[in-house]
Amino acid sequence: MTLEEIKALRSEPWREELRKAVSPKERGAIERVKMNELTPEYRVTTFTEEVNQGLTKEQALLEAKRCLDCADPSCMKGCPVSINIPTFIKNIERGEFLEAAHVLKETSSLPAVCGRVCPQEKQCESQCIKLKMKQQPVAIGYLERFAADYERESGQMQAPKCAPKNGKKVAVVGSGPSGLAFSADMIKLGYEVTVFEALHEIGGVLKYGIPEFRLPNKIVDAEINVLREMGVNFQPDVIVGKTISYDQLHEMGFDGIFVGSGAGLPRFMNIPGENAIGVMSSNEYLTRINLMGAGRGLGDTPVLKGKNVAVIGGGNTAMDSARTARRMGAERVMLVYRRSMDEMPARKEEVHHALEEGIEFMTLHNPIEYHADENGRVNEMVLQVMELGEPDASGRRSPVPVEGKTETLPADLVIVAVGVSPNPIIPNAISALETSRKGTIVVNEETLQSSVSDLFAGGDIVRGGATVILAMGDGRRAAANMHSYLSAR
Amino acid sequence: MNKILSKKMFSEKVACLEVEAPLIARSRKAGHFVIVRIDERGERIPLTIADADIQKGTITLVVQAVGASSTRITQLEPGDVLHDVVGPLGHATDIQKYGTVVCCGGGVGVAPLYPIVKAMHEAGNRVIVVLAARTKDLIILEDEMRAASDEVIIMTDDGSYGTKGLVTNGVETVINREKVDKVVCIGPTIMMKFVALLTKKYDISTIVSLNTIMVDGTGMCGACRVSVGGKTKFVCVDGPEFDAHEVDFDEMMMRMRAYKADEVEAMSKLNA
Ligand SMILES: Cc1cc2nc3c(=O)[nH]c(=O)nc-3n(C[C@H](O)[C@H](O)[C@H](O)COP(=O)(O)OP(=O)(O)OC[C@H]3O[C@@H](n4cnc5c(N)ncnc54)[C@H](O)[C@@H]3O)c2cc1C
Ligand SMILES: Cc1cc2nc3c(=O)[nH]c(=O)nc-3n(C[C@H](O)[C@H](O)[C@H](O)COP(=O)(O)OP(=O)(O)OC[C@H]3O[C@@H](n4cnc5c(N)ncnc54)[C@H](O)[C@@H]3O)c2cc1C
Ligand code: SF4
Ligand code: SF4
Ligand code: FES
Repeated sequence: MTLEEIKALRSEPWREELRKAVSPKERGAIERVKMNELTPEYRVTTFTEEVNQGLTKEQALLEAKRCLDCADPSCMKGCPVSINIPTFIKNIERGEFLEAAHVLKETSSLPAVCGRVCPQEKQCESQCIKLKMKQQPVAIGYLERFAADYERESGQMQAPKCAPKNGKKVAVVGSGPSGLAFSADMIKLGYEVTVFEALHEIGGVLKYGIPEFRLPNKIVDAEINVLREMGVNFQPDVIVGKTISYDQLHEMGFDGIFVGSGAGLPRFMNIPGENAIGVMSSNEYLTRINLMGAGRGLGDTPVLKGKNVAVIGGGNTAMDSARTARRMGAERVMLVYRRSMDEMPARKEEVHHALEEGIEFMTLHNPIEYHADENGRVNEMVLQVMELGEPDASGRRSPVPVEGKTETLPADLVIVAVGVSPNPIIPNAISALETSRKGTIVVNEETLQSSVSDLFAGGDIVRGGATVILAMGDGRRAAANMHSYLSAR
Repeated sequence: MNKILSKKMFSEKVACLEVEAPLIARSRKAGHFVIVRIDERGERIPLTIADADIQKGTITLVVQAVGASSTRITQLEPGDVLHDVVGPLGHATDIQKYGTVVCCGGGVGVAPLYPIVKAMHEAGNRVIVVLAARTKDLIILEDEMRAASDEVIIMTDDGSYGTKGLVTNGVETVINREKVDKVVCIGPTIMMKFVALLTKKYDISTIVSLNTIMVDGTGMCGACRVSVGGKTKFVCVDGPEFDAHEVDFDEMMMRMRAYKADEVEAMSKLNA
């Protein structure tokens, strides 16, 4: 959207009127809304009930008033997909909630998801003008979630209109946010879209990774169902590069391929004792519980439980694992992170919720060895005490071991959440595909086209681990560019 | 959903199922496996593709009832469906002309061995098969193996059929008799461990196919990891076949006991 278009929308009469109705000073005096939450004591007893309960209508109307409807809305620059933030917020302020949802849908195909999981404080909200005015930023994420939830709950969720079929077929590899966003745009443009997913469920990390207490499956499914209604064909249990090859996709008549296969390969630290029973990757732990329903009476798959659980890492995945362990009944959950609180990459809200739920944060500690009992089950971890040294390339102060200072603590379940690498299946299967040293697919940064001209890629397989909204933004950009490419051909 | 077209019981606990899966039938090679889910609550169970028919669009699975999930699969009948079948997974066997190849299998390892025997034989190798079981009734696929190889040696623990003795005795007899260029061994972990120790003594290159605990089968979780040559490997994507002389079998056996308590509980529920 150009600044001209943003301005044109802003000068519609209803918005002029709305702006005049309340003075900036009055708007500035309203306090930022607080999210309604389940109490920490209650929520650790339930796996599926969402911690954040959403805003009420009254809260949303009031929070929307705080937004100044800026002439040059800086918040939009913080949103990777440039959602027209003031336009959707002002629609909330005037009570047109469905219209607000439609504004969101113009740019984001999964607003109910992003409103819940975006690191808003680092993105849109970090650029809100109110921060410069020494006020709290507008709660853009909460409002986004409110509008999207309102639309879904109203039963008036409508599938966007699709252009007449153009006779071209595209294949999507992976059903995570990048693949879903790509599919939404391509089906609208008139393409026949088939999504191939390796797992038996559609949704990628949204389903197997992020737990239900943060992102309920029914929210993800509702968004997927809209895509189904629009005609997107989902094929679970198909691994591109294994079940069908790149050449076979061509034989099947696909004109273009989008790869959104994610960063699914878990990293381990390669320290002694790491293969003991009870030491597992966060992917394994979360997949067993979220995807397979283990420990929740929802399936036949088992998952190990622990009394003293240690989670290694400081990202969203670590927080989700720790909070999940708490809900699985652990007595003590320790989060072991080698840097300090300030460097922790997880979302602030996540850290806050984890602390409230009684997770012990052991910052400036790093595991160096695990011990096991006679059955091979882990029972202790040896932690190296760390301190912060000089800033490294990323600008963060790097952790250095404090010579000779270690601690040994009991731990009967250790969840390793120290990062993931790009999924190697597609790069291994298509030899002409250029990849980086880290194993990510190399693409043209503008168009997301790879070295194989009819193959575009985005999301974590290109970025090597990012966010839902960045993955979605990639999906949309790849759709636009593949459309130009296929139209010109 | 994948329909079961036919079923044969190889023994009381081993079922052979022909399952509709046209895409997998077309792509699979000897050594590949699939992951199966029986219903929407089911575990993801790895099973080797024993055979495939591209024309019919089917794959053959040979399943041994060891725990709750595998028992339920053996109880399915033609017309029933498997909720999910995904694959082919893992690396295919490195089929070459080695010369003389001894393929030995025990228990349900005999099923995944079959396509390898066939492929090794087709590649021009002299193939000697050693089949081992506790007792006569548990010997499976004997006729198929005879048709696909040069010789079949049967070993039973109780001597009720073939020669009395362990699989290692059978393999050692062959090694003492003629020059062996390659050994392929698939079976219970403990059996693979002892075959590996034996062939190491004679310095004969040996492949084993590992059947660790798995979840996704696509390299995403690390549940299947084993130490091979001192490095951690994921069986589902780096294997399932490895150089037998490099595998840490003791660690693998230990890791396979991770869910022992849950397995016992699931089995008692199934029997109730
Ligand atoms: C536990 C956890 C918590 C997170 N929390 C947040 C958060 O709060 N906020 C946030 O913004 N981000 C979060 N992230 C990161 C975010 O989820 C990812 O950046 C995002 O999902 C990446 O999307 P994607 O489309 O690239 O791939 P993914 O979501 O990883 O999906 C890829 C899909 O492709 C499938 N696939 C792979 N290979 C093939 C193949 N060959 N054939 C067919 N299918 C294939 C996979 O099975 C998978 O389903 C979190 C991640 C994790 C793991
Ligand atoms: C790559 C691969 C290929 C395989 N191919 C086949 C095949 O073609 N046919 C087949 O029948 N099985 C095969 N297996 C093994 C099969 O997946 C397991 O037997 C099955 O998962 C057990 O599930 P369950 O719930 O029935 O038993 P569980 O309840 O999980 O286990 C019950 C009992 O069986 C033991 N057990 C568990 N897993 C194994 C195992 N992998 N091998 C031996 N004992 C085990 C347990 O220790 C326990 O005592 C394969 C495994 C792998 C990894
Ligand atoms: S999508 Fe994320 S970054 Fe963009 S406006 Fe919504 S919450 Fe902010
Ligand atoms: S910068 Fe803040 S106040 Fe201005 S339009 Fe965006 S959200 Fe509203
Ligand atoms: S089974 Fe999950 S990585 Fe191998």
